[in-house]
Amino acid sequence: MWQWLKQLYHRLGSPKWFYEITEKWIPWLAVLSALGCVAGLVLGLAYAPADYLQGNSFRIIYIHVPAAILAQSAFMMMAVAGAVYLIWKMKMAAWVAKVVAPIGASFCLIALFTGAIWGKPTWGTWWVWDARLTSMLLLLFLYFGVIALQQAMDSEESGYKAGAILALVGLVNIPIIKYSVEWWNTLHQPATLKLTEKPSMHPDMLIPLLIMIVTTYLFFALLVILRTRNEILWHERKRQWVKEILEN
Amino acid sequence: MSLVTATVKRDLLLAARNPGEWLNPLMFFLMVAALFPLAVDPDPKFLSKIAGGVIWVAALLSTLLSLDALYKADVEDGSLEQWLASGESLYAMSLGKALVHWCISGLPLTIMAPVLGLMLSLPQDAYAALLLSLLVGTPVLSLLGAVGAALTAGVRSGGLLLSLLILPLYIPVLIFAASAVYHAGIGMDYNGQIGFLGALLALAACLTPFASAAALKLNLSR
Amino acid sequence: MSFAPDQIKIDLEARQLCCERDDRILFDQLDLRVENGDLLQLAGPNGAGKTTLLRLLAGLNRDYDGELLWHGQPLYDDFSSYAAQRLYQGHLAAVKKALTPIENLRWLVSQWSVDDARLWQALDEVELAGYEETPCQQLSAGQQRRVALARLCIAPAALWILDEPFTALDKSGVAWLEKRIQKHVEAGGAVIITSHHALENIASLKQLDLGQLAMNRGQA
Repeated sequence: MWQWLKQLYHRLGSPKWFYEITEKWIPWLAVLSALGCVAGLVLGLAYAPADYLQGNSFRIIYIHVPAAILAQSAFMMMAVAGAVYLIWKMKMAAWVAKVVAPIGASFCLIALFTGAIWGKPTWGTWWVWDARLTSMLLLLFLYFGVIALQQAMDSEESGYKAGAILALVGLVNIPIIKYSVEWWNTLHQPATLKLTEKPSMHPDMLIPLLIMIVTTYLFFALLVILRTRNEILWHERKRQWVKEILEN
Repeated sequence: MSLVTATVKRDLLLAARNPGEWLNPLMFFLMVAALFPLAVDPDPKFLSKIAGGVIWVAALLSTLLSLDALYKADVEDGSLEQWLASGESLYAMSLGKALVHWCISGLPLTIMAPVLGLMLSLPQDAYAALLLSLLVGTPVLSLLGAVGAALTAGVRSGGLLLSLLILPLYIPVLIFAASAVYHAGIGMDYNGQIGFLGALLALAACLTPFASAAALKLNLSR
Repeated sequence: MSFAPDQIKIDLEARQLCCERDDRILFDQLDLRVENGDLLQLAGPNGAGKTTLLRLLAGLNRDYDGELLWHGQPLYDDFSSYAAQRLYQGHLAAVKKALTPIENLRWLVSQWSVDDARLWQALDEVELAGYEETPCQQLSAGQQRRVALARLCIAPAALWILDEPFTALDKSGVAWLEKRIQKHVEAGGAVIITSHHALENIASLKQLDLGQLAMNRGQA
């Protein structure tokens, strides 16, 4: 097991290996995420029953919830990739961290945007200082900070490192921020209608949601792989194997 | 005398020679707080409700103002290079720098805050909570801010960037500190909030110097 | 003088040192050794990697391949003992303009414990007598540089690593520094220096031309 992990690590560190292996994954990921998207949306929008309180407006969770989950996972991934880069100086990790940041921020924006749309029929207003929405907003700010820092540094390398340090500091802070925002929220608005977190969700509602979550992960993986491949081509452009690919 | 204590002494001496370094943010603190009655409502009843929050927001902004200079001069004039060359622990150095920053930022803010409390009709019962929350909360701001200052020390016009990085990290302090002051004002118990701030301080004192030290090295890898 | 550099064994070695910056190889397979009594001058055109090599040797930058050894052990195994025995002076003087020369010098040598009285002597030696308590912003660039170089008189470090130390100095300053380096080397200390200044009158001078190395590599 350990040997296998070590081998995997060394392979992941090799841009050429990554480029070649992902070549085969891309069509699979693309097809699977397209299928999942169709299946999840059809099930969610057409077959799932309407919510007894919110009516049809709840159906936006099939985009909102996966986007929110992804935005948080992406931050974690970015921080872990950054740590790998800081500790083992693996360049692939730096490129992954760099490409994940804007993707994660986009998912964060999607979650906020759909949350606002959802808020209109639910609360009668576009924005309410709900604990989840507020945490999401703060997460978006953290993303902005990391992206701005990566771009502000003189050398690309110190941009990666600075971004990684900030992402790690942010990662430690996220639970603290979440906790304090939730605490603050219960203090000020003891009885709001919670967006998600039903005691029990009807399976007809839940299954499409699970499908959508898995699909979003697949789509995220696809995006990360495509963008990382671009980074590889750019940074390795002087290597022989890249020249050969580009000539064909 | 070790390099860390020498640096703390030297930086305090520098602050004494350039009083603007710590006086300007203090003036800013006063001015920001004065904006709220002018912009919103000078009614004492209304002010007394928001006083704690306003004072804390102003304290947070004025902390950011003085943070930008924390490492910048040291990077530019070569002091940072000399620290690294000395082999002295950067962890201790970062703690020392955060302490210096607190002495020229958090401490004056804490001393100044009761005056703002008077201007904003802070309830009588809330003064103790205000002072206590500032005393425990502002060191956290200095420690977290020092990480941002170290990260942006080598960046031109890093001041704005610094605010962007650090403000989201300040939210928990802001929430608990402002709530402590507010609760004290309406005669409720605020030990929980101060306790949480204390926990944040302990956590920040242990962890942020690692991040600062790593960030400082970035400015030297040329 | 109480400090004798020859009491400290100097043995700094680089083996197969290789350094790349922005996809450009500055030097590779570089071997060098510095021991008591050595004066090593790094030469080469701008951009040849002199400052980079100097920073690697000083331990300010760990971004290299190959080995750096102090007393036969990797440099970073016991970095603080290495740091105490070598003095690094870069392009930047690390002098605060709002402070006086004596305050600045006190900070500059704070990693070694040095008597306050010796600080005054050192400032006297670099011809700053009478300016000890004038804020540095009123001094010229050369005088500010002398504040930093005054460390050379008092720091108990056997190995000096100096990056362009003659910059901004006037004639008498240059003469003083030359003599100071010569004295240090003759007393058993060692100096690694980058400078376009000729140091031929010091007998133990060795030169390492990074530009020449790069040319040889290009031909090979």
